[in-house]
Amino acid sequence: MKTWFKKGEHWIWMSSASVAVSVVLVFGLIAMISYKGLIHFWPHAVYEYQLKQGEATETLVGELRDTKLKEFKNPQTGKPEHISQYLVKMGNRDLYGIDFRWISGSDLISKEEKLADNIVVIERYEYGNVYGWLNQFAIDGKTYQGDKDIESILAEQVQKGSDLHAEIKHIEKIEIGAVNYKLEQLRLDEKRLRANHEYDDEAKVKLAQERAELQKEFEQHQAEAQVLYKQLDSLGELTVKVSGGQSMQVPVRKIVEFWQPNNMSFGEKVGFFFHGIGRFLSEDPREANTEGGIFPAMIGTITMVLLMTVLVTPMGVIAAIYMREYAKDGPLLRTVRISINNLAGVPSIVFGIFGLGFFVYIIGGSIDELFYGYALPSPTFGTPGLLWAALTMALLTLPVVIVSTEEGLSRIPRSLREGGLALGATKIETITRIVLPMATPAIMTGLILAIARAAGEVAPLMLVGVVKLAPELPVDSIAPFVHLDRKFMHLGFHIYDVGFQSPNVEASQPLVYATSLLLVIIIVSLNLGAISIRNRLREKYKALDN
Amino acid sequence: MSSAVDSALDKALKGPGFERRIARRNLKDRLSRYGVTFGGIGVIFSVLLIMFFLVYVVLPLFVPASVHKQGSFAIPGQVADKSLYYGVDEYQSSAVRFTESGKMIGFNMENGQIAFEDMLPIEGHKITAFTIVNEIQNEIAFGLDDGRLLIAKYGYKVTYPNDKRTITPNITFPYGEEPMEIADGEITHLAMRDGESEMKIAYQASGSNELHVKLFSKTESMLSDTITLEEDSSGSVASDIQAKWLLLDGSGRNLYAVDEQGKTGYFNLSDPESPELQQTLSLMKGDEKPTVVRFLLGDYSLMVGTDHGQVYQWFPVRNANNVFELTYIRSFDTGSSAIKSIAIEKNRKGFAITDAAGQFQLFHSTAERHLNTQQVSDKALGLTILAPRANGAIVETSDGQLVHYEIDNEHPDVSFSSLWGKVWYEGYEEPSFTWQSSSASADFEPKFSLTPLTFGTIKAALYSMLFAVPIAILAAIYTAFFMDKSTRQWVKPSVELIEALPTVILGFLAGLWLAPYMESHLPGFFAIFIVVPFGIILFGYGWTKVPKVIRQKIPVGRRAVLMIPVVIFLGWFALQLSTPLENALFGGDMRHWLTYSAGIDFDQRNAMVIGFAMGFALIPTIFSVAEDAIYNVPSYLVNGSLALGASGWQTMVGVVLPTASPGIFSAIMLGFGRGVGETMIVLMASGNTPLMSVNLFEGMRTLSANLAVEMAEAEVASSHYRVLFLAGLVLFIFTFVFNTLAEVVRQRMRRKYGSL
Repeated sequence: MKTWFKKGEHWIWMSSASVAVSVVLVFGLIAMISYKGLIHFWPHAVYEYQLKQGEATETLVGELRDTKLKEFKNPQTGKPEHISQYLVKMGNRDLYGIDFRWISGSDLISKEEKLADNIVVIERYEYGNVYGWLNQFAIDGKTYQGDKDIESILAEQVQKGSDLHAEIKHIEKIEIGAVNYKLEQLRLDEKRLRANHEYDDEAKVKLAQERAELQKEFEQHQAEAQVLYKQLDSLGELTVKVSGGQSMQVPVRKIVEFWQPNNMSFGEKVGFFFHGIGRFLSEDPREANTEGGIFPAMIGTITMVLLMTVLVTPMGVIAAIYMREYAKDGPLLRTVRISINNLAGVPSIVFGIFGLGFFVYIIGGSIDELFYGYALPSPTFGTPGLLWAALTMALLTLPVVIVSTEEGLSRIPRSLREGGLALGATKIETITRIVLPMATPAIMTGLILAIARAAGEVAPLMLVGVVKLAPELPVDSIAPFVHLDRKFMHLGFHIYDVGFQSPNVEASQPLVYATSLLLVIIIVSLNLGAISIRNRLREKYKALDN
Repeated sequence: MSSAVDSALDKALKGPGFERRIARRNLKDRLSRYGVTFGGIGVIFSVLLIMFFLVYVVLPLFVPASVHKQGSFAIPGQVADKSLYYGVDEYQSSAVRFTESGKMIGFNMENGQIAFEDMLPIEGHKITAFTIVNEIQNEIAFGLDDGRLLIAKYGYKVTYPNDKRTITPNITFPYGEEPMEIADGEITHLAMRDGESEMKIAYQASGSNELHVKLFSKTESMLSDTITLEEDSSGSVASDIQAKWLLLDGSGRNLYAVDEQGKTGYFNLSDPESPELQQTLSLMKGDEKPTVVRFLLGDYSLMVGTDHGQVYQWFPVRNANNVFELTYIRSFDTGSSAIKSIAIEKNRKGFAITDAAGQFQLFHSTAERHLNTQQVSDKALGLTILAPRANGAIVETSDGQLVHYEIDNEHPDVSFSSLWGKVWYEGYEEPSFTWQSSSASADFEPKFSLTPLTFGTIKAALYSMLFAVPIAILAAIYTAFFMDKSTRQWVKPSVELIEALPTVILGFLAGLWLAPYMESHLPGFFAIFIVVPFGIILFGYGWTKVPKVIRQKIPVGRRAVLMIPVVIFLGWFALQLSTPLENALFGGDMRHWLTYSAGIDFDQRNAMVIGFAMGFALIPTIFSVAEDAIYNVPSYLVNGSLALGASGWQTMVGVVLPTASPGIFSAIMLGFGRGVGETMIVLMASGNTPLMSVNLFEGMRTLSANLAVEMAEAEVASSHYRVLFLAGLVLFIFTFVFNTLAEVVRQRMRRKYGSL
């Protein structure tokens, strides 16, 4: 044993365990996020709990969300005992006031879990889920009873309802949105004319005319929407019986979807799971971001990252070419190189305050004064927005791109450059025809790493353009299509906001896990892509070196 | 070669077409050289711009105030008639002078031209006492020789006839033009406070050494704008101080009577019907005499000017017995000439003085800054008043001139001592490091101490390093030195993957999952630190007893894989121990035990959570660089050592580590740099309270989290905004220095081994 310690074997075991700890932490974390993120989409079984409430019994119906052991001192024996506590999501928020409840194992009458037969879960546009049993369905004075009948007619009506909702959304968001945008432009036109003292009678008449036309268009769209709303109202009304014997009216227009988790086969559950993921990715958030999807956050992230890539690529590549191919090597260049390297280690929040102070307040403020003076005091570019966020992130990721491009350039053997020059090519021709194409994978690696970093960074974005709920997407079908001055939503900020600022933490947690999972998947796959490109690149140059 | 080819070559390589093409290509080359050079330098410059910009924003904080003489003219009205007060409008274009004989003289601030000259409605009586009721609202009160009191308010109206701004002073009497009766005889001293619903008046009448206090309740008449006062209660107290100054503080509870030697009675007026003497003391040090006594903005601090040129600040501080005591706070040295007048700023804790040597000086109390000195004349000066926005001042000279100064004094409230030192803030029991940047009230004293934030930053970074460094370095040693190639190929990228994980996710997990979990399994987490290392060593020793056949299946290079299930088991086991340990050692609830038995404060989001979560985030940074350093140690050194009979670990400690130590050092530096700047994890899991405590179970606020919380709300170009930028600059310099150090060490090492 003494020699075992003397040889330092225990240290080797400790060090190998450290590797194991790191690996366990990484994969444990990813596994946990994946599990918690994905389980959200699986149709949870709904249980029926019989609770003792003094003399009476109470029935509780809901999904089991969490279990924990709680310790308490037994009043008779004085010894500590453990009791399971269950967190139950019981929904029906408008009826019960709360939709989550901790129940104590000691109050349960029967210990085994009992599935609630034929229970229906209804997802609504407002007030969360309904858990209950189908009772009757009324439409146009006709009533349906019997589960099968109700189910078939309900499915049909809900489908109609969601089609109508989609149509209304189209009218309200796209058509009316366009009209509103034009009206806003007219308002700004008027302000501009007034500021330039060109607001004469002719302009006045013209503007009034255009405004009237738009108003007419607006009313027309509104009328269309009204008709659709009427149709929605006449889709019928479902009555469900909820636990506790009460019954509840749920009009079809409020129903997003309904399902019977306890009656589903495994195949159906899998189908529902993927359907749920699809909806999560394609829908707008509802109920202060605690329900619905993350579509706008995804679009916001993608738009910002793409815009950032467009900005950072030329900057990074040109700076790297200059430093590697043109600048004279010397202490100055070395200092610059170290500074740029170190900039990658400067806290991101520092870039955030730089973006806010320089881009937003100084540059944005000047742009407003020069070009949008008529709109002041309401700022156009002098406020956080997409452009400034993308610029800030471009600056933040610039070192990554420069360093990686330089590395790529330095790996290209001298002989190739000399060969190019010997054949009579000018320097720039050698660079663009020989060097850069060979360095493309390195540039790509840098860009991918930059994108991954930008997609995951939140702190600077909080200052330069991200909001919790953006009324409009930063890209749409109205010219100029990409709206650089708009604020946008972002996956990372969504996690921060929903996880920490949301009033209903329990309801929103699964969504945060799902969003985290999506972000992790995006970033991990980007990084793996970068790693594989880098490895392939190394192999390639190994061959060249020989 | 055929002649056709020759002629084609000739045609391509000679002649004007060829020349033109060459010229074009050369031009393109030159242009792109300039383009790339210009662009490259531009990008590099813009990157460096960040630092310059931070400095550019921060710099105005440390610029001293500048004062320019705007003009001077004869004091409007009679010079001999002593001035009591000047009301100045916000644009400094007009002012009103109130004199002892009851005159109100309105004049133009540019040329001294008198606009009007009226009498206060004092009906021929003499003004015997004067007090400023509310400095911000320019509310003043005059005590008369018949025991009556007149309250006046200076205001102004802005109108735009012919698009030109015109300002007309407007003096109103909020409680009527008829002076109200309060005392029986001549009022000699007067102090009052005008609150929302009540008014408190303290006075002394001639021929009596009693201090009287009266409390009036205010009722607003429904029909007109007038307010009627109704006496609620009154009281008096005998005082043996021949008061020269009588001052009632902003809360209306503390009354100070100061005599001409500086002896002061501090009376408690909590119950206006029976005021009581709380403390008697002298405001002076040595043989000085007070020349001016007045309140600073907020009516809490007493500013006492002496005939030796000192200004002392005093305010009541709660002592150990929970009783308020008037306490000396700090002094300001203005020279050696007697202070003639003290004027205060109406939005900050700054003040200005004039003295007998003709100097006008600007100070800020919290920041203890002397901002400017102006030699106004060579003779003694008189009254001075600061403009409402503290951007101007008027000063009376003894030769009858009124000098108007323009003041540019943007950030007097920040100084080196207020940023990094202990400051005794108003209402605090002792000097402290405090960060509290904003509040709802206008006379709030901002507390811009970066010390607690820097402290929190370093605390967070250190605790996480405590977790990260051992794991990362040991893991790096194993991965680089012992691990076989095929395992290393996937282990290294997977550890480095942590670096790519968005910190917002780590922060979210730390704040919402780890923090509550740790709170309920606290002993288990401590058990991990004992169970896991011992368990590993036990397992390792036990491994030597395992039959050779099995042992040989897992060589040293694959041990890490073997350890994965072991580590999982040990971790799980340690957490399972949580409840038994808690019952055995901490009476069933460690949190409760900590708070009540050990006296240690516990927050759910604390430094331990940060240590784990941010430590996890720092592992890849340290691991990656340290691994590179160890991996690049030349193999002949290793082989030599092994050939001489050293064991693997002995080679590691004796040869590899010393050679790689600069690299490992730079890895730790980089890790620390990253820990200092990390924002989201601390923002979400630290509780964000700016505390100065090393307690493992309390949270902190870091510089970076503070920026994330407050930056968006800070008003552009305000002191708060610039101080936040200063915090950013501190962060920038901090990380820049650490990273540069690490980088230089690493490069030197690379050069060294390059030659080996």
